[in-house]
Order: sequence, then structure tokens, then C-alpha cells
Amino acid sequence: MNYLPLTEQDRQEMLQEIGVRNFDELIRVIPEKLRLKDLNLPSGTNELDLTRELRELASQNQSTAQVLSFLGGGYYEHFIPSIVNHIISRSEFYTAYTPYQAEASQGTLQTVFEYQSMIAELTGMDISNASNYDGASATAEAALLSLRHTGRNKILIAKTLHPEYRETIKTYCFGLHFEIKEIGCDPQGKLNREDLDRELKEDVASLIVGNPNFFGLVEDYSGVAQKIHNVGALFIMSVNPLSLGLFKSPGEWGADIAVGEGQSLGIPMSLGGPGLGFFAVKRDLLRKIPGRLVGMTKDRNGRRCFALTLQAREQHIRREKAGSNICTNHALLALAACVYMAAMGKEGIRKVAEYNVRSSVYLREQIAKIKGFEIPFKGTIFNEFVVKCTKKSPEEINKKLFAQNIFGGIELGRFYPELKDSLLICTTETKTKAELDRFIDAMRSL
Amino acid sequence: MNHETSLIFEISKEGKQGFSVPEKHFSDVDLSAEGGSASGGKALVEPGLLRKHAPGLPSVSEPEIVRHFVTLSQKNFSVDTNFYPLGSCTMKYNPKLNEDVARYEGFAKLHPYQPEESIQGGLKLLYELETFLKEITGMDRFTLQPAAGAHGELCGMMLVKAYHDSRKDQKRTQVIVPDSSHGTNPASAALFGFNVVTVKSDERGRVNLAELKKLVGSETACLMLTNPNTLGLFEDEIREIQKVVHDAGGLLYYDGANMNALLGLARPGDMGFDIVHLNLHKTFSTPHGGGGPGSGPVGVKSKLIPFLPVPLIDSRNGKYFLNYDIPQTIGRLRSFYGNVGMHIRAYTYIRRHGREGLNQVSRDAILNANYVKKKVEKHFLVPHEEFCMHEFVAQAVKQNDLGVHATDIAKRLLDFGFHAPTIYFPLIVPEAMMIEPTETESKETLDRFVHAVNMIADEAVDFPDRLKLAPFTLMISRPDDVLAARQPVLTYKDYQSAEHLHSLKPVHGVPVHAE
Repeated sequence: MNYLPLTEQDRQEMLQEIGVRNFDELIRVIPEKLRLKDLNLPSGTNELDLTRELRELASQNQSTAQVLSFLGGGYYEHFIPSIVNHIISRSEFYTAYTPYQAEASQGTLQTVFEYQSMIAELTGMDISNASNYDGASATAEAALLSLRHTGRNKILIAKTLHPEYRETIKTYCFGLHFEIKEIGCDPQGKLNREDLDRELKEDVASLIVGNPNFFGLVEDYSGVAQKIHNVGALFIMSVNPLSLGLFKSPGEWGADIAVGEGQSLGIPMSLGGPGLGFFAVKRDLLRKIPGRLVGMTKDRNGRRCFALTLQAREQHIRREKAGSNICTNHALLALAACVYMAAMGKEGIRKVAEYNVRSSVYLREQIAKIKGFEIPFKGTIFNEFVVKCTKKSPEEINKKLFAQNIFGGIELGRFYPELKDSLLICTTETKTKAELDRFIDAMRSL
Repeated sequence: MNHETSLIFEISKEGKQGFSVPEKHFSDVDLSAEGGSASGGKALVEPGLLRKHAPGLPSVSEPEIVRHFVTLSQKNFSVDTNFYPLGSCTMKYNPKLNEDVARYEGFAKLHPYQPEESIQGGLKLLYELETFLKEITGMDRFTLQPAAGAHGELCGMMLVKAYHDSRKDQKRTQVIVPDSSHGTNPASAALFGFNVVTVKSDERGRVNLAELKKLVGSETACLMLTNPNTLGLFEDEIREIQKVVHDAGGLLYYDGANMNALLGLARPGDMGFDIVHLNLHKTFSTPHGGGGPGSGPVGVKSKLIPFLPVPLIDSRNGKYFLNYDIPQTIGRLRSFYGNVGMHIRAYTYIRRHGREGLNQVSRDAILNANYVKKKVEKHFLVPHEEFCMHEFVAQAVKQNDLGVHATDIAKRLLDFGFHAPTIYFPLIVPEAMMIEPTETESKETLDRFVHAVNMIADEAVDFPDRLKLAPFTLMISRPDDVLAARQPVLTYKDYQSAEHLHSLKPVHGVPVHAE
């Protein structure tokens, strides 16, 4: 095996040095009854043959590189500048462990510090942690934080929050005797303010909303934070960070916690993972934030340096008293996001956000003109929108589009039975006008 | 080597840009104009929704960005540059083929909501990975969904509760963990609302069976155990332990952090464990990434299958599909299906090794650990006089008398180009240094490491005060952790108003001392 450096002679010498005649003497402690005879697995494969086989396996998939895709819904096809993959492929970064030994980890530590700084800037919050797993689990951890922080046991969740995030929050709260109340949407597809007013009482720990919401709508949250704070609850926003190049940040809306999925920031889709959960808070929640934090300090010789800090919050110190059990996070993807944000800069991130808006409003306007399609929710969008199909079913439409090498849209009925006649269609900077026109033609000729 | 350590914000300059977005395609769409029918005649973008101030991201050109991050990368120790014997973390070599395969377009550019017929290759890989993991652990079914070990533990705790609830056995509120357990075990159990009860280790470093018998009862939901345990010792009474817990109606949870010791040698399923999590980023070589991402698949015995998270990957008539039809499921633990990029790497790793290769992995891991243990025993106390599995704990207690601590030895090792062992863990062992060489290190590297460790032991006798200042040859010396915690500076914005840090000397260290 090419990955194992010991030679047979090395092994013999080492056994001798240890003072045993054979390897089995080393593992006598494993009771005979538990000793395994053999693993029923295929034999090893050399690199060349395995490469052939895995290329063939990959080719059994039809990727978004081959098929014109209009799928979004929490994971997006974005352009990734070449430098992102080059930097995260530096094996000094990707083969390092968590930076517990600061002196030997200044590279990782400084990049995390820069990542935390950029996420705080983008979200308009004071503090970001070093990352969570993904948008769904970060949002669930935010829910738990609000319950702990307020000592209450009820959370309000917008029904327009990503359905899989809502399911994840429910799973995290399973068995914990917390009450989850969903706040419906109004006829425009936005948070139903009357519902909110009715449910928002002094027993509520937090309101969790998505922005853009699952229907692609960027909502106006004027006055919401005030109302929530008036009852002593926290306002949690789960946001698409790329949209914040253009749209108001959670900080500007008065949110206490900003979380979300950072996959839009230079991370490949990889069938849904690994992505990047980000988690940012206002300063008064500093000691409650889950996960790792990197801080700047000085070394013994008075030089600027970085170290993991405020570790007394974490599981390896506090064990069962820790606020979260997170240990491994998504550091390498945080690095990808950091490089992506550095490459975009404040100008670039606005322009890429604008491209997303421009192309999606163009597509929405054109689809609205086609017979058999209606736009039920007409508000401001970032890069996706709902289309109601009045003549054919979404399933039938998707089948026909797929036959033309197009992934049409997400069939909303799988998440919202009342929208079983609707598709969620997404477009990003990866699509040219000609490609959108090809899609529009295909929709027209259905 | 370049030692420039400016923050990316400090090299930012208005007018520079690292990437340009194409502008021609939709330049005629005016966002402030009124839209058509699809916008209800309103402005395409309502002005009140726009952010007032641009985010304070840096403006830097591409070559400067690359130099910045590559320079930073050189300030790291990593498996590819240094021996990294970090106990319980299994810092083995991460094969490059794995990285390439995960980046194949046919894998990396798959959207999670694509039609199932367009991802048959991906689903097949995940299905086969599950089959391999079942065989390796002796379990009946796996979910690949958890993103990391601790996420797997959380999943396990939910399965424990769902199982007892389904039997209307709702008074089981206690989870027992050994005092030597990983910190995530009690944290995961507590996060999910269980009361954590600690069982002490006996003088052999194992779970104290007599004490365990006293602790278990009608309130016991589960015992969480690592085997080999964090002292690197195989829990040889595991069959008795499982009987005690099962007889009391509890379940057994296996923390797979130390599975690298057992490939092809023994299986948690055969030991009587009901739930198992694996750390693909340990045993199955997916890179640690400076802290993640990992992947923590969870395997169960058949009685727990009905409660697994959705979706599972199943096959019917030769087609693979995502199965959401699991009526008693605990739900989902995250979005989509798991860290598929990591699954692809682990699959590739298992296929490269095959059954003989995987077995050799564990044999060499155990051999390397025992070899290093034997060679450092004369200077450092090793608390248990017996062979270890894939790792062992040494104690800097003799050195303690000289005023030298485990942390001093760890820091001094960095000067020799070796990453430090895990120190002060497990918590029950004073001055612990937990050493896990892994199987991907040569005898020559181990010999150099042993030489360095023993030299440091001599230094502890001759120059104890000096050792407390180590490391000497890295970019920085020991950081002021107290200052970091007392006056947290966590962002560039914090730094701009942190005057106590403004007068600090720039770092112009010397390169990491070559071995």
C-alpha cells in the first residue's frame, strides 16, 4: 500500500525493539471472541484503475456543468474565482488541525480572524464565530441560544424560512419541551404581520426569519426588531450572505443574531455539502456564541499574534455545561469564503449581487409574459422567484425541460402542499442572457 | 520566506479589485426603474431595502491576495510539512487522489435538488460507502448526514431518546460517560437534555465495572464509550460492560474517534454497541482543514433503524433514491444529505486500501504507537504498563518536579519541527501528553521524534527555566491568552479601536527550524 511507509524489515525491527515476537502479542488484550477474521470488502485498487472507475462513476451524473440549471432553494450555482480553489488547496491549510497550538498555527488563526471580520462587516454584526456546519444547523443553534439566553421556551419561525431549516430546528428541539410556532405568510408571500402580532408575547424567546425568504423575496423588516425587543425576545435572521452586497444587512434591520448558509461565497455545491454555516451576533451575546473564536493578542516578545480565545464557553473545557457541543467546524470552507470575499471586495460583491438581481428580474418579467405562467409574489427578489403554472403541472414541465437538458426549478409542492402548482426558479451570474433566452424559449414551447 | 503579516485589510487600497463581474449581459436592466407586470408595476428594487453603507470588505488585487494567503499558509504546521502526533485526532496523511476525485465536475457541480435520475453515480457512491461502513463496524444501517463527530453524537442521543420513547420508557434521563471521555460526549448528551453521570476509571485505566453496576438502573438511557479509550487502552471488559448496561435496559453508544485502532481487527457491532459514530476525518483520511469540515456518519443496530434521520439512500430495481418514507424518524439534522465531498474522499480511501490495506492501517498504527511508547518510557511516566493500541498517554510528572510542565515540552517540540501531542487530556491524567503517531509515518520520522523528545527531557533537567520560554524558532513566542480573553479583539474593526495593540512590533520571525 503506497500510503504506508513501514517496510516489512522496519516492522520486524520495531517488534523486536518493543520486545515481542509478532504483532498479535500487541493486541492480546482484545478478547479472542471479538477478534475479527476478515473484512468482507473488495480488495484494494491501484490509483490508475480507481481513477478510471471513479471518473466513470462521476460521468453517470449529469452535473450543472452539462445541464442548464435554474435550481436554487438554499444552494446556488455561483462562479468561483480560480484563486479560491488554489488557496484552499495549499496543504499547509487543508492538512492542519484546529489551531490549538497558536505558535504553529498563525496562518490558520489569522485567516479565521479575517473571515470573522468580513462576516461581521457583511452582516452588520459585531462578532462572528469561526464557522458552524451549515445554514440549517447554524440556524438551529441560534434558536437554542435564544432559548438559553431568555430562559423562555417558545420560538416563532416564519413559514417562509427554508423548509429544511425549519425541520432541523424541530429536530434539535425534539424532546426538549420547547414550543415552536410557525408564522404564516401574507398573500404577497411575506411574513404575516398580523400573525406575528398575535403570537408575539412575553413568553417568546425569538423570531426566526429568512431573508431573502424561501420564495426569493427580500422583505422589509422595518419595525420588526423593535416589536421583538419590546417583549424581550431576540430577532434572528437567516440570510444569504451574497445578497448583502446590495441589500440591508441584519445589523441594519436590528437583528441580534445573523446566521445562514455561506455556500454562495465561493464553495462548490457538491450535492449539498460541505457548505458553510456562519454565525454572527451583537456584542452583548459574545459569551453565548457557540463554536470557536479567534482573537488578536500579543506574544511574549510584544509582537502582534492570534490565538483561540474565550474557550471557557466550549465543550472541551466545560463538558456537560457547555452551551453547544460543536468541536469540528467548517474551517476550510470559511477560508474559501474569506478568499472569495477578499477577491470580490466591497465593489465586486455589490456588482455580483446586482447581476443576480438584474438577471432574475429579467427572467421573471419574461416568464410572466408566457401563457400558462403567473407570478404570484411580486416583491423585490435577489436571485429566485416563484412561478405558478396554470396549464401544466410543475412535474410535467420539469420532465419536458430535462429532456431539453435543462433543470427547470424546484417543485414547491414537496415543501408547501398549497403551492403544488408552483416552481421556484433561480438564476445567478453564471447565466448569460442568451442562456436565459434559451430557457424562456423552452418554457414558451412547452 | 516572506514574513509579512499585515492583515488583508491593511493592504487594501481603494480602486483595486481581485475579481471583475461581467457587466454587459443585463446592463440595460435599470434596478431603480419600474418593473413590468411581474413586479406589480413597482420599482424592481424597493429603495428602502438597499443597504446604506457598503460592507467594509478589503480592496486588493489578485496577486496581492495570493501572496497574502500563501504567506499565511507558510505559518502553519500541517501533516504535509510536519509530523503531527496529536492524540485522538488521527492526523494521518490525506491522499491527494481523494482531493482530485472530490473535485471532478461530475461530483462537485451537482445541485442537491437535481432529479434523482441525474445523480445516480453520486447516490451509488453514497450507498456503497454505507455498505462499507456497515461491514467495518458490524452495524446494520448508517446515516451519512451528520457533519462531524459531535453532530453524530447529537444524532445518537436523539436516537436513544426516540428508542426509549417508542417503548413508552420515558424515565430514562441519564447518560453515563467515563471520566476519560472526550468533552463532546457529555456536551452532546447535555445539549439534548440528558443528565450526565460520570463513571470513574479503575486503576487499569478502564471503566470501573463495579462502579458502573452501581450507577446503572431504570433511569439509564445510555452509556457512551470510546474503545480503545482515550488512554489508548482497549476496554477488554466490554462484553461485561455491555451486559450490565443492556440488562438495565440502557443502550450503548460508541464514539468512533479511535476507530483507527480496530480496522479489520474488531468491530463495535460485535462488542454489543447499539449506535456508532465514525469520524471520516480521522480514520478515513478526509483532511482536517484547519478545524473542519469533517463528517460523522452514524450506524445503528436494526432495532434503531426506524428512527434514523431522513433521507436514507436506498435502491429499488437497480435505481438509487433518497428515501424520506421513515415514519418514526427523528427528522433531519441539517440541510440536504451530508458532507458529500467528504464521503467521496472516504470512499476513495476505502477503495484504495481494500480489506487487506485497511487491516494493515490499524496494525501499523498500533505498531508505531507501541514503538514510540517504548522509546520514550525511560524519560516519561507512562501510567499503564501494558501495550497500547493506536495511541498512548505519557506524563510529564518527573519533569513537574523540575518546574517543567507538559505544555513546555509541547512548545519545545515545535522548535524541532514536530507538532505537539494533545496535552492535558484526558483530564484525569496529570500532565498528560497524548501521542498518536498514525500509520503513515516512517520509522525514520519516529526515530527523529523520539530523539527530540528525549533531548527535551534532558533539557528539562539541565535548563528548566529556559524550557518555559519555548518555542524559540517560530514566527511568534507564546501568545498572551489572558489578554486575548480579557480584552477580546475579534475583528478588524475591534482592532482599529484597540489602542493597546497598536504599538506592537511587527512580526519578522525566522523560518521554522528545519528538522
